[in-house]
Amino acid sequence: MARTMEKVDVVTVGVGWTGGIVAAECTKAGLKVVGLERGQERGTTDFLHIHDEYRYAIRYELMQNVAKETVTFQNTRKMKALPMRQMGSFLLGEGLGGAGTHWNGWTYRFLPYDFEIKTLTEKKYGKNKVPKDYLLQDWGLTYDDLEPYYDKFEKTAGISGENKNPYGGKRSSEYPTPPMVKTPILERFEKATQKMGMKPYMLPAATISTTYTNPDGSKINGCQYCGYCERFGCEYGAKASPEVTVVPTALKTGNYDLRFNANVVEILKQGNKVTGVKYIDTLSLEEIIQPADAVVLTSYVLNNAKLLMVSKIGEQYDPDTGRGTLGKNYCYQLNAGSTGFFDEQMNVFMGAGALGMTLDDWNGDNFDHSDVNFIHGSGIWITQSGNRPIAKNPVTPDVPSWGPEFKKASIYNFTRTLYVGGQGATMPYKENYMSLDDTYKDAYGLPLLRLTYNFTEQDRNLFKFSNDKTEEIMKEMGAKTVVPENVIEEYDIVPYQTTHNTGGTIMGVDRDKSVVNTYLQHWDADNLFVVGAGNFNHNSGYNPTGTVGALAYRCADGIIKYSKSGGSLV
Amino acid sequence: MSEKEKNISRRDFLKTSGIATGTLIGGGLIGGIIGYGMPKTTKVPDKKTEKTNHNLTSPKGRMFFTKDRDFNILSQATERIFPKDDIGPGAIELGVPYFIDNQLAGNYGSNAREYMQGPFFVGAPTQGYQSSQTRADAYTQGVSMLEKEAQSRYKKSFVDLDGEQMDAILTSFEKGEVKMNGLPSDFFFRMLRAATLQGAYADPIYSGNNNMDGWRMKNFPGNQMSYLNVIDSKEFQKIDPQSLANMEH
Repeated sequence: MARTMEKVDVVTVGVGWTGGIVAAECTKAGLKVVGLERGQERGTTDFLHIHDEYRYAIRYELMQNVAKETVTFQNTRKMKALPMRQMGSFLLGEGLGGAGTHWNGWTYRFLPYDFEIKTLTEKKYGKNKVPKDYLLQDWGLTYDDLEPYYDKFEKTAGISGENKNPYGGKRSSEYPTPPMVKTPILERFEKATQKMGMKPYMLPAATISTTYTNPDGSKINGCQYCGYCERFGCEYGAKASPEVTVVPTALKTGNYDLRFNANVVEILKQGNKVTGVKYIDTLSLEEIIQPADAVVLTSYVLNNAKLLMVSKIGEQYDPDTGRGTLGKNYCYQLNAGSTGFFDEQMNVFMGAGALGMTLDDWNGDNFDHSDVNFIHGSGIWITQSGNRPIAKNPVTPDVPSWGPEFKKASIYNFTRTLYVGGQGATMPYKENYMSLDDTYKDAYGLPLLRLTYNFTEQDRNLFKFSNDKTEEIMKEMGAKTVVPENVIEEYDIVPYQTTHNTGGTIMGVDRDKSVVNTYLQHWDADNLFVVGAGNFNHNSGYNPTGTVGALAYRCADGIIKYSKSGGSLV
Repeated sequence: MSEKEKNISRRDFLKTSGIATGTLIGGGLIGGIIGYGMPKTTKVPDKKTEKTNHNLTSPKGRMFFTKDRDFNILSQATERIFPKDDIGPGAIELGVPYFIDNQLAGNYGSNAREYMQGPFFVGAPTQGYQSSQTRADAYTQGVSMLEKEAQSRYKKSFVDLDGEQMDAILTSFEKGEVKMNGLPSDFFFRMLRAATLQGAYADPIYSGNNNMDGWRMKNFPGNQMSYLNVIDSKEFQKIDPQSLANMEH
């Protein structure tokens, strides 16, 4: 028999960026919030010994324990979905701060084009540009609607950047902190791409350039360029993360109750309202019910969708009929890129996760797509994020992968290679979706989430286009040998690609075509909110966190409005 | 880096990070900095806060392989993957076999943080590892299969083969040509190759990368506190490596 706790105003499931932002805003507004986090408490003082590539980057110390819960995967419905037994393609977070603890800190805004992609694409290229199996749709709000929330997130996180991107949407203010140091490696990229007529700018960074106090009074320190960001926590408190910003903001109100080892297994629903959540204390295995006036799903994309599915809230997407919205429009990203081999040694072991330059000349609809067989594009980037010796053993394709030649070449090349990447958008496709697995279970007896996903024709065409761009740039940068990435064929869940999974709990203005409205309020229960990259109708050529942060601030606004007036917010 | 540069770096660091003004949450970092890569000029001994000296010199040892023969086979195989040459030591001198042995005795060997529930099916390559065997199982079988191949091809133990013969057997594993029980041989080889590089380049606290020589070969400085004062340098910075062991106090 489950133990029932005292009712609160708001309960959030997961305490990363979205759970932290919702908690900070709601507690400041006087609401009592409980944050349920299935992992453990952690913060800056846990990261003093973080410069350990093996423990954190190879063995994934800060990530989700997939012995307890993973996903199953199949490329197509005709296959048998099998569990992802070892983490690979994407790295799931767990613990206070979630993936916001071990991110690299690239903090972009999506383009105005992204939010009205269907309308703008059809207007410019006609209705037949995109085949009908691509389930393109507008997001229901515009860039301008979201701009105040982008601004708010950037100010909370102290983002370092420069307002020099001619393709970006209108900004209401400058970046809160100046850009990071433009190193010789970045200057080389800048010089080459400017010569080619492109418009490079400093990558907007959450590994911030100088000490900064945010509007809530939280302090983020200046980056030391130590080279340990992605897959690591920051021992200096110099990377904007939930545990150095929004979580302490919520805690100091006195209205925030943060509980760890609390794994939510069900959203409780009666009629057209949710009443709270049921969770398991992962240490005692006790079942506990937390009643709340509003429930907010703030865990990762995959788990937000899974919780709705196991709680039977919303209609599961069916690729045969096209009916249902839950699990629909699962998208990922494409990683084009080229390695350049140089003669001189460079300080590639120094840096920061978001120390880089980037350009949008080949992103969104910033170039004419009349004569190409895809839409959207890729953000092109270079970073100096701190190469580490286990992961980085670059050799040209003529060198074997082990033995004397490999040893010699990989050691020689370690300080003599650079990489230019292209982060490619993916469009929603009829056959790419999430559902529940019918065979495999998690540690608490719930079905695993099943991913059905493969790259599409659109993906392969865009990938090739972006790969060629990175190759041209690397040649212009003066590399003596340039090796582009292999062309993509089938999606493979084994090698790490990106933790930019999106979709499944999409947003919109039409309840038949979305899971939540534009305040991220569920269509079937107006006191249930679902926020995160799951709300994206497609995935852009950018990192998602800037947009996720903006949506979380908008969601928090919605929850506060709901707490006063109730009912649908749209 | 000279001592002078380190001091500048430290001042810059303290200034930028807010430690000088005492604003960092928790204060744990201050304890972490003292005694780590910089002169201890400001440290005032205090019996209550004096840390225990953990800098003991411990020998390497085996925690997993029981037979000398198996450990020696593993050692020779890693040395073929990462051999000693004129640049520096190979896998054996770096302690890689001990690294792998010790890892096999822990979470790595028992796949403790990986999904190992059945049912088990042979999947497509895009679905990844689907065997019920742990890494400990895979290494035990893999090492015995290296020996079996050596005996069947050359009527000798793997450790008595010449380098080319060892390479021929390892190449067969790499191509997936050796029949193993419930496990593709190329999977075992990829795991062995990856673990060899991990042992060569992980922090020496894991019993490999002896004397940080793996890092020295690559000009990788290991665990450095800050590159703030050299991040914009056009010159390549050769910096003496530091292990996490330097932070123990």
